[in-house]
Amino acid sequence: MSEQPPSPASPPRPTPHPVPFRGGGFNPRPLGIVGPLVFVGLIGLWELGSQTGVIGALFLPAPSEAFAALNELFQSGFLWKHLSASLQRLAMGWSLGSLAGVLVGLSIGLFSLARAGLVPVVSALFPIPKIALLPLFIIWFGIGEGSKVATLFFGSFFPTVIATYGGVDAVDRGLIRMGQSFNLSWLSIVRKIVLPGALPAILSGCRISASIAIILLVAAEMIGAEFGVGAYILLAGNLMAMDQLIAGVVLLSSMGLIVAFLIGKAERRLLRWRR
Amino acid sequence: MNLQMQNIGHSYEDLQVLDGIDLHIDEGQIVCIVGPSGCGKSTLLRLIGGLEVADSGTVLMDGEPPESCLNPLTYVFQDFALLPWRTVEKNISLVLEDHPLSPAARATIIDDVLRRTHLSEFKDVFPRQLSGGMKQRVAIARALAVKPAVMLMDEPLSALDSQTRELLMEDLVDLWGRERFTAVYVTHNLSEAVRLGHRIVVLSRRPGRICEVVDIDTPLDQRDTANPELAQKVKILWQLLHDEARAADRELANV
Repeated sequence: MSEQPPSPASPPRPTPHPVPFRGGGFNPRPLGIVGPLVFVGLIGLWELGSQTGVIGALFLPAPSEAFAALNELFQSGFLWKHLSASLQRLAMGWSLGSLAGVLVGLSIGLFSLARAGLVPVVSALFPIPKIALLPLFIIWFGIGEGSKVATLFFGSFFPTVIATYGGVDAVDRGLIRMGQSFNLSWLSIVRKIVLPGALPAILSGCRISASIAIILLVAAEMIGAEFGVGAYILLAGNLMAMDQLIAGVVLLSSMGLIVAFLIGKAERRLLRWRR
Repeated sequence: MNLQMQNIGHSYEDLQVLDGIDLHIDEGQIVCIVGPSGCGKSTLLRLIGGLEVADSGTVLMDGEPPESCLNPLTYVFQDFALLPWRTVEKNISLVLEDHPLSPAARATIIDDVLRRTHLSEFKDVFPRQLSGGMKQRVAIARALAVKPAVMLMDEPLSALDSQTRELLMEDLVDLWGRERFTAVYVTHNLSEAVRLGHRIVVLSRRPGRICEVVDIDTPLDQRDTANPELAQKVKILWQLLHDEARAADRELANV
């Protein structure tokens, strides 16, 4: 690193050139049609593979066969029977579980006693795969709907509790102090400041609990149910009817997508103020 | 209604932040509290408004607040504390909803304070759509809606850029000219204090004690920045604060 004063013989100065841009990247752009395109491309490739024989019919049925199985299911009238059984369990288990979860999460967020008493219990019970408790639920609530709804209830209850009290904890204390400084009642502060402040976290908790509920739904229906998408898939598997199995999986995937879409819609409506 | 602070002392665990504060707030006056950072200015304000309880000493309300007053001691916060999920109108409505007012009476109050703070056209706007200065105007409108006897202003202009600050100071001077409100105004900005304060209380560094009380007799509407008398006051205040601020700056945070 020896610096020398520029001598008269130094090379000529380069001509001025623009400052190179280096701020690009790290900035996801929305590319709306890529998603559907990938979908269509994958299914197209798969169909092509099946038609040409690259993918064996027993190894993986063609999408067209799966679609035919779905159509057959629809024609026979069993589609609605399976779907309505599943959707009823899902709606009941998930909505009751989420409601109870919000209430318990709220009380943990608001009352020190509830926090001290319930957080350890929630932490201990949350990681248990609820499906492991199904036999117990069958003894408690019967082999019928009760045990399945209970599984879904507990599956969606715990994530909602955790999301809710996390959301309550994250509410800006400055806003609560503002409420107190204007002499708002306790109930007003909870209703008008704490709840709306925790709502984004509660809704993202709902997203997670809904996915968990769908997973548990299938598992519970596989263990003991006459009707339901899970039962349909299990039966298809037992008969090695892979086209029906894929049709069932498509049903599950659409259920997940529809639930996610509905929650997204609720978020946009309820959280309009966020933009 | 006047306020009297008697021998206020306060500490957070082992850290004493305030010591022996005696202060009178007279009706119709703006009292500015200045001091180096961490001297307990904001703590003092929270004690005055009952958001915290002093370890020693008391804050007394001397005289009854006016009949129409809904919330005698009302804060204006540095971070505005507006609910992001409520529009301007609903943010103001929030502080009236717990009072037994008819919807019509409530609407009248809201329209009135929005008009007085020149916000009428922003009624249905969400806070995120507003600039910092406008947000603070909404917070001031909200404070006016409960007809406070004393406004407790915690660095209300500190989160704003200097131009907006200048505009809001003009608005506050105007407002005081019309309504003669009483305020305790905490700031670390000496020129703000000199522009708005009838009386300026200088606190020492932690533990905060009153080290000087400066009265400024020039009427608020004649205090433009070029006024040499005010420049002189700022200079005096800065001399008082300089060493305290330097020492406070070098202190280690032990919390």
